Amino acid sequence: MIPFEYSLLLSAILFAIGCVGVLVRRNVIVLLMCIELMLNGVNLSFVAIADKLDSAEGLIYVFFVMTVAAAEAAVGLAIVVNLFRHRDSVYADEINLLKG
Amino acid sequence: MDFQLADLKLIAPHIALLGTALLVLMVEVFGHGRRRPEATWISLLGIGIAAAATGMSCHENRLGFSGMLAADGYSAFCNMIILIVGALTILVSSNYLKDERHEHGEYHALILLSMTGMMFMASATHLLLMFLALETMSIAIYALAGFFRTKEGVESCFKYFLLGAFSSAFMLYGIALIYGATGTTQIHGIMEQFTQIKGLASSPMALSGIALLIVGFAFKVAAFPFHGWTPDVYQGAPTSVTAFMATGVKAAAFAAFFRIFFVAFPATSPVWSQALWLLAVATMTMGNFAALAQRDVKRMLAYSSIAHAGYLLVGVVTATAAAGTGMLFYLLSYAFMNIGAFACVIMLGRRGADSTNLDDYAGVGFKYPLLAAALTLFMFSMAGIPPTAGFIGKFLIFKAAIGKEFYWLAVIGVLNSAASVYFYLRVIVYMYFRERPEAAPEGLRSGPAITVATVVAAAAVLILGLAPGFVVRMAEAAMSTF
Repeated sequence: MIPFEYSLLLSAILFAIGCVGVLVRRNVIVLLMCIELMLNGVNLSFVAIADKLDSAEGLIYVFFVMTVAAAEAAVGLAIVVNLFRHRDSVYADEINLLKG
Repeated sequence: MDFQLADLKLIAPHIALLGTALLVLMVEVFGHGRRRPEATWISLLGIGIAAAATGMSCHENRLGFSGMLAADGYSAFCNMIILIVGALTILVSSNYLKDERHEHGEYHALILLSMTGMMFMASATHLLLMFLALETMSIAIYALAGFFRTKEGVESCFKYFLLGAFSSAFMLYGIALIYGATGTTQIHGIMEQFTQIKGLASSPMALSGIALLIVGFAFKVAAFPFHGWTPDVYQGAPTSVTAFMATGVKAAAFAAFFRIFFVAFPATSPVWSQALWLLAVATMTMGNFAALAQRDVKRMLAYSSIAHAGYLLVGVVTATAAAGTGMLFYLLSYAFMNIGAFACVIMLGRRGADSTNLDDYAGVGFKYPLLAAALTLFMFSMAGIPPTAGFIGKFLIFKAAIGKEFYWLAVIGVLNSAASVYFYLRVIVYMYFRERPEAAPEGLRSGPAITVATVVAAAAVLILGLAPGFVVRMAEAAMSTF
């Protein structure tokens, strides 16, 4: 049996990897993947906590989060396609039209 | 866990909006090929029905769906703010979309869908419903921000999407930690756990959960230091969508923010009120000082919306019924003055060229006196000069802060609004004291719908400023139902 704290720690590490990824990576597709990683890191927490507390609430969260992640990915990829049509590039540091 | 048919009455306004959104989409699909102004009228009708349904369900005053949401005076007041925002946005968009050759029904459907999400946010008493409502609202708005598919529009849309999704992940992690610490995510249940279990208020898990929740909300309301996306997104998005984002999202996010922190976390309030104190001061100061340097009116209004988020955060820091009253009143008056100001910005632009530079406003005062008078009124209201709605809103919030002995917060708030007068008045100075260039383009992008919206907004700003008593009493009644 894996101790509860280990699962929480793993989920925190996954979340942190995703978070750092969003901040340092340049490819927008990789940015979307990093956000998925953050959400799934949180999902792991929900499952671990639901198991520890023996309550179903956390498990229900996981289903909803997966649905939300799918909806977000659909809109996100559509936006990336639009972005690519405008500038033939998927690198975030070339998205610099608006500033001031 | 049981499902009662009577609970459906509590979400009647939400169902009405959702149904209208689907109807608008159907009309778009089957009525293809001809000009369709119907989407505007169907949406307005749906909003009217939702308003009537809100009026009927506001006396229910109970929780529904096993404690998932509440239909009380507070959510009814917030619903009304959101419905007003939606109706004004749709009126403002009608000519704008036609002029920009983007008259599609999806636009109205997306507005209605995100309004549904906003209304669920305002009534949610469970963190799961709050999160889902937040996502419903946000995903629709991501699509709206890129609706014109111009280079700037798509860029603004992408930035909003990326940072919005990033912040949702933080909020979700916060919810997970609170769930871990208290074993529930129903806000009344959380409050009970905090009072029953000693030491929970200082447990690192609960506190970091609350901190992450604050980060998530701060992103959504554009508070310092999570405001970086705001100017870019507001500048690049279609102007009508910017107005909708600045007012609707703010209203919904503050409604949920206040309800959750007021109901669920009073036990830990010494900790989070200090953090929010700093956030409020930094947000308003940063917003106002950055706005001083802007020469683009849309960008200036974006920084001003950050500053307004700072004033509203004062209400959340204070977290009393009086502060809630002030916050509700402020959100309502902000909806009118901000959408009114953006309506003027839309009218002064033309197809493909928004003309939002300050120089484009030179001499407008004599060329279009009525429009300039309206914009002047909205700028006065945003600066908080009496007798406008903005003044009463700030007055109520700062009075509540003083009532709970947050003297410095109130002083810094008042100093900030004094500093903000400079950049609001600069627009007026350009309109009345600068010569209009010879080459300035002729004509306004005006029409009946946008004129009605501007007149209604201007009248509301004046009425709320001159005779606020009725609405203040309504906001007080709304707060007393908690």
